[in-house]
Amino acid sequence: MTKLTAFIAGLLFGLGLLLAGMANPGKVLAFLDLAGAWDPSLALVMVGAIAVAIGPLTWARRQSSSLLGRPMQLPIKRELDPRLIGGSLLFGVGWGIAGICPGPAVAILLTGRWQAIVFMLSMLAGMVLFTALESRRSH
Amino acid sequence: MNVDWLNFTPWSSLAGGALIGLAASLFVIANGRIAGISGLIGSLLQRGSEGVSEKALFLLGLLIAPLLWASFATLPQIEFKNGWVGLIVAGVLVGIGTRYGSGCTSGHGVCGISRLSPRSMVATACFMFSGFVTVFILRHLLGG
Repeated sequence: MTKLTAFIAGLLFGLGLLLAGMANPGKVLAFLDLAGAWDPSLALVMVGAIAVAIGPLTWARRQSSSLLGRPMQLPIKRELDPRLIGGSLLFGVGWGIAGICPGPAVAILLTGRWQAIVFMLSMLAGMVLFTALESRRSH
Repeated sequence: MNVDWLNFTPWSSLAGGALIGLAASLFVIANGRIAGISGLIGSLLQRGSEGVSEKALFLLGLLIAPLLWASFATLPQIEFKNGWVGLIVAGVLVGIGTRYGSGCTSGHGVCGISRLSPRSMVATACFMFSGFVTVFILRHLLGG
């Protein structure tokens, strides 16, 4: 059952990205271009998403397990460390260059555009690089 | 500020956002997990992660969403603005940045803010800020 809900959640997530315009890098960049012809649409994506998710996520914070009996796995870290800030700043630079973040990168992969494949492979390389650097740090 | 009203799509963006929120809600209510895409992908790239099948199935749903969409309607426009060098640089930065920052637009921007996490609010402010600055530099200072 949790496999089915995971699949449906992913599917809905992808349809939402497509409907919202988040899967269109040109539109994302138009949102990030405050000094140009600014398209504020994507601010409304966050408004819509948070308006729906805030109730369920507030509920989840008070639970130890999900409705299907799985452990509730919410992040527990609290500190605002340089990794969080530096990593997020770096992510924003990449987002600002191409207008693609990880969700849309997956959702456009099968649309038959070579750019989506190049971006995905590069993103995976960046993630593998992170894992490699982390395992060197811990040894 | 010069708003591009012609391309402003308030209703589809709100509705798409609501659908994203619904998906994130379902994943946490049923599976007890945060729908953070960079975290899900990143953990599948590491050995010994738990819940591999659930994470993979979520990503599979995300992956085939455009195929389902295309079987009922025309896919929305997907317009790329970069050549391969820009895509590679951007992809690597997004990959490494989201892993160091423990999340992206979905995990921090939607789920994190929805559970009122201070870390996620700071992370979202950081990537929005550097996103705005990067576009400003590339489009208006360097005139790309």
